[in-house]
Amino acid sequence: MKNKNNPFYDPSLKKRHASAKRFKFFAISSLVIAISFLVFFISDMLQKGLPALQQSYIQVEISYNQKSIDSPRSAIDRSLRRVVSRAEIRQIPRKIENNPQLMNTTKFEWILADDQVDQYVKGNYYKLKNKDKKKIDELKKQGRVELKFNSIFFTNGDSKIPEFAGIKSALIGSILTLLVTIMVSFPIGVMTAIYLEEFAQDNKFTQMIEVNINNLAAIPSILFGLLGLAIFINLFGLPRSSALVGGLTLALMTLPIIIVTARAALRSVPDSIRQAGYGLGLTKIQVVRDHVLPLAFPGIMTGTIIGLAQAMGETAPLIIVGMIAFIPDSPTSITEAATVMPAQIFTWAGMPERAYIEKTAMGILTLLTVLISLNTIAVYLRKKFETKW
Amino acid sequence: MKIKQQSKVAFESKNKTTQVKEDVIKYMLIAASTISVLTTFGILFSILFEAIEFFKLKSFIYFLTGTEWSPGVENSKFGAVPIFAGTFIITIIAMFVALPIGIFSAVYMSEYASSSVRSKVKPLLEILAGIPTVVYGFFAAITVAPLIVKVCEFIGLEASFNSALASGIVMGIMIIPVISSLSDDVISSVPDSLRKGSLALGLTMAETIKSVVLPAASPGIIAACLLGVSKALGETMIVVMAAGLRPNLTFNILEDMTTVTVRIVDALVGDQAFNSPATLSAFALGLALFVVTLILNIISVYFIRKFKEKYKVNSL
Repeated sequence: MKNKNNPFYDPSLKKRHASAKRFKFFAISSLVIAISFLVFFISDMLQKGLPALQQSYIQVEISYNQKSIDSPRSAIDRSLRRVVSRAEIRQIPRKIENNPQLMNTTKFEWILADDQVDQYVKGNYYKLKNKDKKKIDELKKQGRVELKFNSIFFTNGDSKIPEFAGIKSALIGSILTLLVTIMVSFPIGVMTAIYLEEFAQDNKFTQMIEVNINNLAAIPSILFGLLGLAIFINLFGLPRSSALVGGLTLALMTLPIIIVTARAALRSVPDSIRQAGYGLGLTKIQVVRDHVLPLAFPGIMTGTIIGLAQAMGETAPLIIVGMIAFIPDSPTSITEAATVMPAQIFTWAGMPERAYIEKTAMGILTLLTVLISLNTIAVYLRKKFETKW
Repeated sequence: MKIKQQSKVAFESKNKTTQVKEDVIKYMLIAASTISVLTTFGILFSILFEAIEFFKLKSFIYFLTGTEWSPGVENSKFGAVPIFAGTFIITIIAMFVALPIGIFSAVYMSEYASSSVRSKVKPLLEILAGIPTVVYGFFAAITVAPLIVKVCEFIGLEASFNSALASGIVMGIMIIPVISSLSDDVISSVPDSLRKGSLALGLTMAETIKSVVLPAASPGIIAACLLGVSKALGETMIVVMAAGLRPNLTFNILEDMTTVTVRIVDALVGDQAFNSPATLSAFALGLALFVVTLILNIISVYFIRKFKEKYKVNSL
């Protein structure tokens, strides 16, 4: 009744409002889906990776004598040989060598359990003979099997024995690689940004550089790997799988990020600063070096850290230049063969033993922690030094 | 008088050395900025030369039209059609996931969400963009692929553990932030007067978005999609870890397929001699990837520029 008198009455209004509601619902639900992907993903990684924070240890009697130097296996009771880690057994002669007092003694010691035993203790899928399983149950009752904090993961390099594998060599490799990356890409990136923002006239050359930087940012990362292989390794003869080659390749990839953010930082410095400098008789270089650059520096740092975080997670180009080698010991120089954290994750993910799954997930958690802290530092720097002009 | 002249000379000579120094610094800056150009040409030529070596050994026509890819064997054949098809199909799956979610998320963030919600949600989506691709690959191979196999078993289908669907879906998740972030920027920079005019005419919020805001933002959104496609084509780790190695010409997304990037990695981590056709084929595939992503990028830059010129926006 009321509607009839209303000149604005639109019979389809109800429908339109319903459709508007539906539309809003679609919009909000897609955002929820995107975020629930993130939540699902992170909880999945935590669930898979956190068990690797602990590792099973078994208390066994080790007899240190000449016989166990000749054949380390005989140092441990026959029934326990298969449930303790091979890596621990191998170390027995070295232990005696390092500490001669141990000779001809017998000691109860906590040593690493085999990876299958570890999986069994944690309640995962395992492959154990019934005999060994019974032995573990028996040891458990005696309180001789324990889950302890897995410090090996952070102090060891890669190993073919899952319970003995750690991320340290990859972490060092990542740091060396990133050092090369930052030493190359930071100066070149900042210099390019200064040139484009402060000196360049708007001519063909400048436009070409700008188009180029845009393109460079969109080129798939694997093609940078092809460049590294063809130029750094085949043409210049730099050592394959070294942090040097990996770092140079990543430097070219981070270059566009640093240039773009550094330009934005330089642009945000108001022109009045420059004018005041010129007014006092400073030259262009002096103005840029002593006044513009220091003011833009926090912004440049933020961009650099974000660029480095991205380089740190990059895998594809590094695989192409051979940084997926098996590296048990930490590299000490940039020309040695090295591996990086994402490449280590990739190698572990391809291992057949199930114990590597939790190692991989733990490696991922470590990598994500490093990346998130880098990004947090970047955000903090931006907040702290941000100047509102 | 003399003193005056001396100081003048000193002043001039100081000026001169400063001048020289400034010039040196300026040329160093120019040299630094040419490095980015050199890199692009370095990539282009290093790939091009090796690809030419490859095409000296194997037919270019067969590479583009042949359907059999068998590098390791004697009388090896390099027909890249099944590889291109696999890449294409996985990219399409990824876009099916990323496009609707990415664009609708952008619409919600720029049109509906309050600024406090937006400032909390945007960083969350950026986390999605910051996750290394090797991590997505592990997620695809260990979690998503077995899940798909189980679901398919439940409804009576047979899925491979290396199904294109698994890598496609995870790749889509990876691309969501690429699309949502650029679309969000573009939609936010559509002038408010357009919205207000439309609302004043009595259109509902949704109608305004659908018939006014999105069409106005369409060049930017198209650009975002093209960037997403180019990212999907060049994505390596997800497919290396979760998709197959076997060139398989099929449209069944539950089967395993391979992509250009997988074959590049496979060809280069092997032990073959560097100038064997099997290794060089990586560069031919790389050239194809380079050309296609470059074209997509150029088109997307064109669309962005069109949008900027139309609405006089400078912040993109």
